[in-house]
Amino acid sequence: MEQDVVQRVKSDPNYRKLVAKRSRFGWILTWSMMVVYYGFTLLCAFDKEFMGSRVGDGVMTWGIPLGLFVILFTVVVTAIYVRRANSEYDALTDAIKARVAEGEKVAA
Amino acid sequence: MKTVNQSILASALLATSGIAFAAPDLGQATQQATNWTAISMFAIFVVLTLYITKWAAAKTRSASDFYTAGGGITGFQNGLAIAGDFMSAASFLGISAAVFLDGFDGLIYAIGFLVGWPVITFLMAERLRNLGRYTFADVAAYRFHQKPIRVFAASGTLVVVAFYLIAQMVGAGQLIKLLFGLEYWIAVVLVGILMMVYVLFGGMTATTWVQIIKAVLLLSGASYMAFAVLAQYNFSPEQLFATATEVHAKGDSIMGPGTFLKDPISAISFGMALMFGTAGLPHILMRFFTVPSAKEARKSVLWATTWIGYFYILTFIIGFGAIVLVGTNPEFKDAAGKLLGGNNMAAVHLAKAVGGDIFLGFISAVAFATILAVVAGLTLSGASAVSHDLYATVFKKGNANSADELKVSKITTIALGVIAVLLGIAFERQNVAFMVSLAFAIAASANFPVLFMSVLWSKCTTRGATVGGFLGLATAVILTVVSKSVWVDVLGNAEAIFPYTSPAIFSMAVGFFGIWFFSVTDKSPRAAIDKAGFEAQEVRSETGIGAAAASAH
Repeated sequence: MEQDVVQRVKSDPNYRKLVAKRSRFGWILTWSMMVVYYGFTLLCAFDKEFMGSRVGDGVMTWGIPLGLFVILFTVVVTAIYVRRANSEYDALTDAIKARVAEGEKVAA
Repeated sequence: MKTVNQSILASALLATSGIAFAAPDLGQATQQATNWTAISMFAIFVVLTLYITKWAAAKTRSASDFYTAGGGITGFQNGLAIAGDFMSAASFLGISAAVFLDGFDGLIYAIGFLVGWPVITFLMAERLRNLGRYTFADVAAYRFHQKPIRVFAASGTLVVVAFYLIAQMVGAGQLIKLLFGLEYWIAVVLVGILMMVYVLFGGMTATTWVQIIKAVLLLSGASYMAFAVLAQYNFSPEQLFATATEVHAKGDSIMGPGTFLKDPISAISFGMALMFGTAGLPHILMRFFTVPSAKEARKSVLWATTWIGYFYILTFIIGFGAIVLVGTNPEFKDAAGKLLGGNNMAAVHLAKAVGGDIFLGFISAVAFATILAVVAGLTLSGASAVSHDLYATVFKKGNANSADELKVSKITTIALGVIAVLLGIAFERQNVAFMVSLAFAIAASANFPVLFMSVLWSKCTTRGATVGGFLGLATAVILTVVSKSVWVDVLGNAEAIFPYTSPAIFSMAVGFFGIWFFSVTDKSPRAAIDKAGFEAQEVRSETGIGAAAASAH
C-alpha cells in the first residue's frame, strides 16, 4: 500500500471513529468475558462449597446453572459484537474505502 | 479410491479374524454383531468423502486452492467447518468421559474450550482476514523481516500440530480397537492413510467439506443422545442428576467442583491455556483465510461459537447419561468393574444403551469421522507451515512458483502422516483430552503472544517477536515435560518438578515479557523499519484496504 493512501486513510475522521469505537467495544467485551470466565473458574477453585451447594430442595447445585450461564454468555457476547460490526463498523469501513477510491480517481 | 475401499474391506475382514483369534471373553460376540453396522456406516462416510475429495481434486490446481479453497467458502459453511475442526474426538470422548468420572469437573473443562472464541472474534478474526493469506505467519510476519518470524511460526505450528495429532491418533486407535476389534496400530495406520488421501488430493476444499459433514453428523448424533437420555427422565434434568448422584461412587460430590482444579494457580493457568490457546491454534486460524471478507470471517466465528457451545451442553448431558445408563450396566464393564475399552468410551457405550446396535454403529462411525476431519485440518496446517512459510518464503525468499510450493506441501503431508502414525503408536496409553490441553498451552504461550503483539503493538520488532516467541514456546514445552503428565506418567519419575496442571500462566508471561524486552532493547536498523511499517499494517488490518487483491483469485 502506498504511503499517501495510508496517510489519507489515517486522516479520515471516519477511520479514527472506526478504530476508536471498535477497539473500545472489543476490549470492553473481552474484559467482560474474562471477568465472567475467570470469576467462574476462581469460584470453582476457591469456593467449592458454594458451587456444590444446592439451589433448592433437589440435587441441583449453583455450579451447574452458573456453568450454563458462562456458555450462553459466551455465545451472546459474540453475537452482540458480530451484529454491531457487520452493520455499524462495516458501514464506516465502506465509507473509508469509498473515500480512498475517490481520492485515487482524483489523483489519476 | 478403489484401493482405499479395498483396504476398508480388508480391515473389516481383519476385524473378524482378529476376534476369532482373540482370547474368548464375555461381550465379544455382541461386538462382532455390531461390527458390520458400524463398518458399513463408516464405509458410506469414507466413500462419500472420497467422492468429495475427487471432486475437490479437480478444483485444486494452485497453492491458493490447496491452502484456502480459493477463498470461496461462506461464513456459515466456514462456521460449521471450524466447529468440525474444533470439536475433536478428544473433546467429544474426553469431556463426556470427564463428566462420567467426575461430573461437574467435566463442565469446567468444556467451558474452557469455549471461552477463547469471543476473544478471537473481538481481537483477531477480522484483522487476520485483512492481513493474511494462507497461514497465521503471513499476519505475524507482515511488517517484519520474514525469515526469523517464519521459522518461529513454522516451529510453533509444527509443535502444536504434533501434540494435537498425538491426541487424535490415540483416540482413533482406542476407538477402532474397541469397535472393529482391530489391533491398535492398524487403526492408527488406517487413519493416517485416509487423512493423507483427503489432504493430498483435495487440499482445503476436501478438508472443509469433510469437516462440515462431520460437524453435521456429530451434532445430530449428540443431539439425539442427549434427547434420548433426557426422555428417560421426563426431560427433567433434576431427575437425571438425582439418579446420577444415587448411582455414582462419588455420590453428591459429582454436582460440584472436585479435584480437577487442584489449586488456584493451576485453575487460572489452565483457563489461560484454553482461552488464549484457541486464538493461537494454527489449524483454526488458517480457516479464517478461506472466507472472502472480514464480514464473513465474523459470521463464521459466531456460527462456530454457537455450534460449539451447544455441543458442550450436549456432552455434559451425555456424560451424566453415561453415569446412569452405562455406569450401572455390567454389559459395558470388564471383570474388574472398569469400562470396556477405557473411560474414553463412555459416550460410545451410551450410544448402544440408548439406541441399540445401529445407533452404536452410527456414533462409532461419527467418532471415527470426527478424528479424520480434525487430523486432516491439522495435517493441512502443518503442511502449509512447511511449504508456505519455510519453503516458499524462507528457502525460496518468496520466489517459489505455485506448482513447486504445492509439490512441497504434498511431500510434507506424506511425511506428517507417517510421523503422526508413529507418534500415535508411541503414545498409546495417554489420556487423550489432557494431550489436547498441552497443545493449547503451547499455542497460548508462543503463537498467540507473537500474533497479538505484532498486530497491536507498534513498537514490536522482528527480534522481539522471534526471541519472545521462542522463549514462550520453549518454556511451555520444558514445563510440560517436567510436569506430572510427562515427567511422572510417561518418564516414570517419582515426583513432578513442576507442580501445576498447566504451564500457561508462566509460559505466556515469559512469551509476552520476551517480546517486550527484546523489542524495546532492539536498536538495530531493522527495528526502525519494523516500527515504521506499523502504520500501513494498522490501516490494512482495520479496514482491509489492500487485502482484496490478496484473495481475488
